[in-house]
Amino acid sequence: MDMLQTNVQTEITTAAQADIAVSVSNVSKNYGDVEALRDLSLEFPRGQLTSLLGPSGCGKTTLLKIIAGLLDPTSGDVLVDGKAVTGPGPDRAFVFQDFALLPWASVMRNVAFGLELRGVAKSEREAIAEKYIANVGLSGFEKSYPHELSGGMRQRVGLARALSVDADVLLMDEPFSAVDEQTRRKFQEDLLSLVANENKTFIFVTHSIEEAVYVSDQIAILLPRPSRVSDIIRPTGLREKDMLTIRRDPEYLDIVDEIWASLRSYVE
Amino acid sequence: MLNRSLLLKFLSAFIVFGAWEIAGHIPVSYAFPTFIESMKALAEMTFDGRLYAAYVETLKPLAIGIAISAVVGITVGLWTGLNNWFDWLFSPIFIVMQAAPLAALIPLLVMVYGIGLTSKVFVVCIMAMPVIVLNTAGAVRNTPSSLIEMGKSFQASRLEVVTKIIIPAASPVIFSGLRLGISAGFIGAILSELKITPTGVGDIITFSRSIADYASMYAAIFSIIVLAVLFLNLLEKIENYLFEGNVRGYASD
Amino acid sequence: MKLFGVRLPAMSSLLIWGLLWELIGRAEFSFFVPPLSQVFSTLFEIFGTKAFQSALYETAYAFISGVFFAIVIGIPTGIFMGKNRLLDELLLPWVNIFLSAPLTALVPVLMVLFGFGMKSIIITTTLFAIWIIILNARAGVLQINRSLVEMATSFGASPWDAFTKVYVWAALPEILGGVRIGVIRAVKGVIIGQLLISIAGFGALFELYSANFLMSHFWAVLIVLFGLAFTISEFLAYLERRVSYYAAKR
Ligand SMILES: Nc1ncnc2c1ncn2[C@@H]1O[C@H](COP(=O)(O)OP(=O)(O)OP(=O)(O)O)[C@@H](O)[C@H]1O
Ligand SMILES: [Mg+2]
Repeated sequence: MDMLQTNVQTEITTAAQADIAVSVSNVSKNYGDVEALRDLSLEFPRGQLTSLLGPSGCGKTTLLKIIAGLLDPTSGDVLVDGKAVTGPGPDRAFVFQDFALLPWASVMRNVAFGLELRGVAKSEREAIAEKYIANVGLSGFEKSYPHELSGGMRQRVGLARALSVDADVLLMDEPFSAVDEQTRRKFQEDLLSLVANENKTFIFVTHSIEEAVYVSDQIAILLPRPSRVSDIIRPTGLREKDMLTIRRDPEYLDIVDEIWASLRSYVE
Repeated sequence: MLNRSLLLKFLSAFIVFGAWEIAGHIPVSYAFPTFIESMKALAEMTFDGRLYAAYVETLKPLAIGIAISAVVGITVGLWTGLNNWFDWLFSPIFIVMQAAPLAALIPLLVMVYGIGLTSKVFVVCIMAMPVIVLNTAGAVRNTPSSLIEMGKSFQASRLEVVTKIIIPAASPVIFSGLRLGISAGFIGAILSELKITPTGVGDIITFSRSIADYASMYAAIFSIIVLAVLFLNLLEKIENYLFEGNVRGYASD
Repeated sequence: MKLFGVRLPAMSSLLIWGLLWELIGRAEFSFFVPPLSQVFSTLFEIFGTKAFQSALYETAYAFISGVFFAIVIGIPTGIFMGKNRLLDELLLPWVNIFLSAPLTALVPVLMVLFGFGMKSIIITTTLFAIWIIILNARAGVLQINRSLVEMATSFGASPWDAFTKVYVWAALPEILGGVRIGVIRAVKGVIIGQLLISIAGFGALFELYSANFLMSHFWAVLIVLFGLAFTISEFLAYLERRVSYYAAKR
């Protein structure tokens, strides 16, 4: 009881302190007759990881692409650092679900591709890319091609590419869905350290309740189409715990159960 | 195990050429020389330089025609693939050309351009161009959309998306379109030599037939088929080498 | 393509090209390009003529026989190649060779062996069509799911039953794809045959009209021929789509 009390306390203080990196207000999106998002508002605190969780087809990718500036909302606004989004910008980087690697380019060129498009000189961008290739644990594979890598390694190339442009906001669309369970767990741990060490804002789409609770500072639960935010859950207490024991923590299990209870009525 | 397939290829060639030899001995027709006779004629032609001279003549319209078709075809194809208006405007023409027997145009081409090189180059072009255009346009349209979005998310300009993403992604299919175009170009080149004016290999074929030197006629035909097949196979090998992994490399396998 | 929010039908731009043709013809830009309207009026005149009807008949006869032989020989050959490894390894190199060989070069051989008549034209047509039909039938059989065949055998299907009730159907989308490409090639083959072997059918009409400088006649026949070729190819593509609905779900 005592414990819960302090959690609530910290939750309130962090929410008040955190400034907002990305804010989505009253966004609607129609694809022809299909209403994907309706009047959706959500704020993403700086330096934290927010998960978008919801049933398939509820518009998570759509929302992420709107924030990325790849899609225009039918109505509503997206602000990044207080400025309205009109298109893709250097302040945001996207990690794609299917990796989106150039099959004809080496790991080095793929990782440096974002910088290449920004006109960074070759030697400079390769030095930066080298650093992030090492960071994601792919040293020695610089000259390999995507088809020579495993799924997990390809995803790390995609991650390194997004990190190397040093954007403030990282948009990740189900980044771990195409890798095996072991790699996925490893990535989740890596992601936690990344959030802790880099002062970046992460927006993370996932299908998995466990994954969301494990990695998030804030979980936005989206309802099926036309989608709005039904609930925001902040598993704040978990963030101070050791990442190796979180999965055994009663609070973790409670939150997972709670989310499932609120989502199960929408499945089927 | 590698030897089995090689062995069977030899066996298969042996059976076919053996059957040719036997059929020539029976003979199935007065106009059917044996395999060995034909090969002798081929050797003779090769050593007295006739074959070489003929190929220089034959390959000229082919090379010019293919070069023109490649440049024009890929340009138009890229345009068509990138722009909906051009697609709407040009695609139907090439779709019809692809399905239509364009050889029917030859009498008209001869009337307009005479019986010289121009007509022959034209024949090669109309045969080779449609498949090059359609393959290029299709490849451009089929660029994985996530690659294009990736480029956009890093604020690539339209030009950069085209040169750094779309064209490299499309190049395997463009290349195979080129190969198919060359294959069709060969048909056109021979057709024009047989139909318009006998020159080069077409001349050897027509002339040998007129003096009933069937061995030489078969030898010339044999040589052009071998040449075309070897060249196209070589292109296919190059294609596999250059674009290895390009197809498999797209994620989520 | 959309114009003011209205979808333009796929081939509608041909109308623009037709209009352009008409204008160029009207401008008397070149003797070789009469106005399209004149070509069409010639077209209706020609339809009734004996020459056109016999050309159409001769061409259709050669085309249909050629395609018939290509299908009747090609599909079983392809299926057997898919089923029998030895046969496959012996035949496949030749199929690939003839697939990419310039078959026009073989026409003179056909002429000296089979004469300057219908027979050679039919064989040319078959030669143009058959290789891709074989190759696709083979590919269709090779991709058949093994468990489908085992399922049939486990229910006690005889080899003949397995063949007619499983193989043929499971490979049908690929086979039809091959037939479609084969038929398009056959159209080209029949015209090439008519131009090279004996001046017969449409080939004869083209020669006749161009020798007499009857340009509208020439274009009229060309339009009919292209129209027929395109219709055949679209019809087969339609059939293929009808069948391929299950191809994706295997
Ligand atoms: N380009 C499009 N055209 C038409 N409808 C679309 C398009 N893209 C998405 N939709 C529709 O919008 C809805 C939301 O799609 P979105 O891809 O955002 O869902 P999602 O939540 O990412 O689903 P998943 O979890 O399966 O990836 C879907 O129901 C889909 O049918
Ligand atoms: Mg999605």
